[in-house]
Amino acid sequence: MIRVEHLTKTFGEIQAVRDVSFEVGMGEIFAFLGPNGAGKTTTIKMLTTLLRPTSGKVEIDGLDPAHQQNEVRKRFGIVFQDPSLDDELTAAENLDLHGALYHVPRKLRVERTESLLKLFELWDRRNDPVKQFSGGMRRRLEIARGLLHTPKIIFLDEPTLGLDPQTRNQLWAQVKKLNEEERVTVFLTTHYMDEADRVAHRIAVIDHGAIVAQGTPAELKQQTNSETLEQAFLALTGSSIRDEGAEANRDLRNMAKMWRGRR
Amino acid sequence: MTTIYVLWLRQLKRYIRSKPRIIASLGQPLLYLLGFGFGFGPVFQKAGQGNYIQFLAPGMIGMTILFTSIFSGIELMFDRQFGFLKEMLVAPQPRLLLMIGRTLGGATTAILQGILVIVICIIAGFRPLSISALPIAFAFMVLVAVLFTALGTAIACTLTDMQGFQMVMNFLVMPIFFLSGALFPLTGVPAAMALLANIDPLSYGVDGIRGAMIGVSHFGMLLDFIVLGIMAMVFLAIGARQFSRIEA
Ligand SMILES: Nc1ncnc2c1ncn2[C@@H]1O[C@H](COP(=O)(O)OP(=O)(O)OP(=O)(O)O)[C@@H](O)[C@H]1O
Ligand SMILES: [Mg+2]
Repeated sequence: MIRVEHLTKTFGEIQAVRDVSFEVGMGEIFAFLGPNGAGKTTTIKMLTTLLRPTSGKVEIDGLDPAHQQNEVRKRFGIVFQDPSLDDELTAAENLDLHGALYHVPRKLRVERTESLLKLFELWDRRNDPVKQFSGGMRRRLEIARGLLHTPKIIFLDEPTLGLDPQTRNQLWAQVKKLNEEERVTVFLTTHYMDEADRVAHRIAVIDHGAIVAQGTPAELKQQTNSETLEQAFLALTGSSIRDEGAEANRDLRNMAKMWRGRR
Repeated sequence: MTTIYVLWLRQLKRYIRSKPRIIASLGQPLLYLLGFGFGFGPVFQKAGQGNYIQFLAPGMIGMTILFTSIFSGIELMFDRQFGFLKEMLVAPQPRLLLMIGRTLGGATTAILQGILVIVICIIAGFRPLSISALPIAFAFMVLVAVLFTALGTAIACTLTDMQGFQMVMNFLVMPIFFLSGALFPLTGVPAAMALLANIDPLSYGVDGIRGAMIGVSHFGMLLDFIVLGIMAMVFLAIGARQFSRIEA
């Protein structure tokens, strides 16, 4: 379903993703794990037509995201790491707009909106503007939106960020159900190792832009002689904090953007 | 079509729901009408130019459309900041349709705002020549609105922060407004200023609205129409090109 070969992305001096290769089969739940700044979001952006790779090959359902953009876009749903709802619109309006943009016929749109809002327990609040929602409600709405057009693949970039344990459990239960019943392929990232351990069929660990290990959760634990996936993760990626370089880069990037904006 | 429609509707909903913004943006033309209108009125009359409110009202309509449409274009920057832009960019839709829907929506809100200002002007004592002149004035309002929403969109594609927005307001939008002849007649201004006024698209918009509404026109309404039409096309093309290049 997803095939990536020697994928590389550089931003100026920074090599955000270097020579990454992996495959995700149809109906698989694949977790992409790595410390902050490892290159997870950048990889997702390249898989979802938002960024062009510097080099390497990507195939989504046999198509190339860099050239067959709209065909690829129809096939996946995405929950971005950062919020992407329209705050002024209501929950139902956000879903309806999404459905229209994805060519979902009106009648089906209404049905899907209702069933998804009920599934994510937002039905009672469907006519409230999103700006009145709590963080968890927004997150749930984003996930519902990503599923509205019944995509074959769903990309979840830290979908459980900021959710309480109840909602997290419920969310993963729904993802699993969707995967089992509708054979939706799932590509996810998370910083909660227990979640990855529970839901993922296979895992790739990425650090400093490169893949350091791949396999089932059991295989990764075995490889590193660890009890838990968290221990395995720390063994693979070390225990020092990676964010400093990334943060510095991000600051630089923002500054550059500001200057560009001024001119 | 659906794509254009839903994005148009989104802009409209956002506009109608931001009542404070609507009211705040009516304050400015009201202030100008009362302050300048009644303040400069006597001087204007003495100089043999006729009734100043009559002259000023089309300028206020043009000004309001300018500000509202530039702002709705630049709202794209907020879409980027609040993340909705990503949702648009990842949708299986040609960028051109997204841009057109957004621009038409923004332009519609600017036109609505312009109509509100016409009402305010009439309350302040403005009297258009005839009812039949209004459709022609309306056509000019549409062109001005589309032109500046597209310009705002093009600018927003390259802006990423609020400081940039301030710069645009001070060094682009305000000059466009002041040089357009919205507040004073362009006949007899110094040559340098006349030159700037001649390259300011709003000059033609205000002039066309004025021509239609009070029968006084500096460039001639046909020229106004041609220049605005061409400029609107050019800015739409630039906006579309800039929008198609955005990366998330
Ligand atoms: N547009 C950009 N321009 C320059 N550098 C970038 C850009 N986007 C990402 N980077 C850099 O690429 C690296 C990878 O970032 P990415 O967002 O992919 O990390 P991540 O694995 O998703 O991290 P997190 O867990 O914090 O979300 C970082 O060093 C980041 O600063
Ligand atoms: Mg990320």
